[in-house]
Amino acid sequence: MASCKGLGGEGSAPAPHVLAVDDSSVDRAVLASILRSSQFRVTAVDSGKRALELLGSEPNVSMIITDYWMPEMTGYELLKKVKESSRLKEIPVVIMSSENVPTRINRCLEEGAEDFLLKPVRPSDVSRLCSRVLR
Amino acid sequence: MEYSNLRRQIICMKKSLFDQGYLDEQFNQLEELQDESSPNFVEEVVVLFFNDSSRLLTNIEQTLEKYPQDFYQLDSLVHQLKGSGTSIGAIRMKNECSVFKAHCNDKSLEGSLQKMKREHATLKKKLETYFQLMRQAGPRERAVNSRK
Repeated sequence: MASCKGLGGEGSAPAPHVLAVDDSSVDRAVLASILRSSQFRVTAVDSGKRALELLGSEPNVSMIITDYWMPEMTGYELLKKVKESSRLKEIPVVIMSSENVPTRINRCLEEGAEDFLLKPVRPSDVSRLCSRVLR
Repeated sequence: MEYSNLRRQIICMKKSLFDQGYLDEQFNQLEELQDESSPNFVEEVVVLFFNDSSRLLTNIEQTLEKYPQDFYQLDSLVHQLKGSGTSIGAIRMKNECSVFKAHCNDKSLEGSLQKMKREHATLKKKLETYFQLMRQAGPRERAVNSRK
């Protein structure tokens, strides 16, 4: 299984911290497990609002991976807020969706999303992300 | 001997779940994520699914009873149900949800709902049996089924 160990140093470097955002408890559990099996440290939250709260207090998030369709704040809206923040805008944001809607995908990529994954997310999707996004 | 009997039952049951189209490849993906640090991962996720899905089905039923019908809300609820079903590989549930969504503008929603509920109940029973067998077989069986 591909791993992201050894980024930036020889074993003393802490594992990259990924913030996973999804309102579905099932999807959060699956995603967290996939990320952990790729040696990421994971915090999983159920809304954009909680994601922003965490980002406000936790300085070291290496990547955000968020579902598109969530009540109250969509993944797209979260992406925009992150990219509008001078403090957060460098954090790569990946969007996930169960629907393959090209206009939606383009809109997210134009807004600065690193990648757009179709659900269900596979371990191979995550290891692909790892090598591209967290160089 | 007891163990190999159980193993046989588990393999048979899993094969039948796949052959009859209840589960797809995504379920295998979940089993591959299971390891010593999370030995009951698949069962835990499946329990999460049934907690969620039971709640969603109740909400769908209640929303259907409202007049005028709130199709936006219905669509959102079924979308959630379809999503989490897909995440555990419950392909028949996923398909029932698609059918339901397609009928959202028809009068045949009640029939679609009953089909969805029947599918849900059947899947729940089958997976409960499957995980019961897994628990009887113990950690050895989980190791066999997980990531090498």
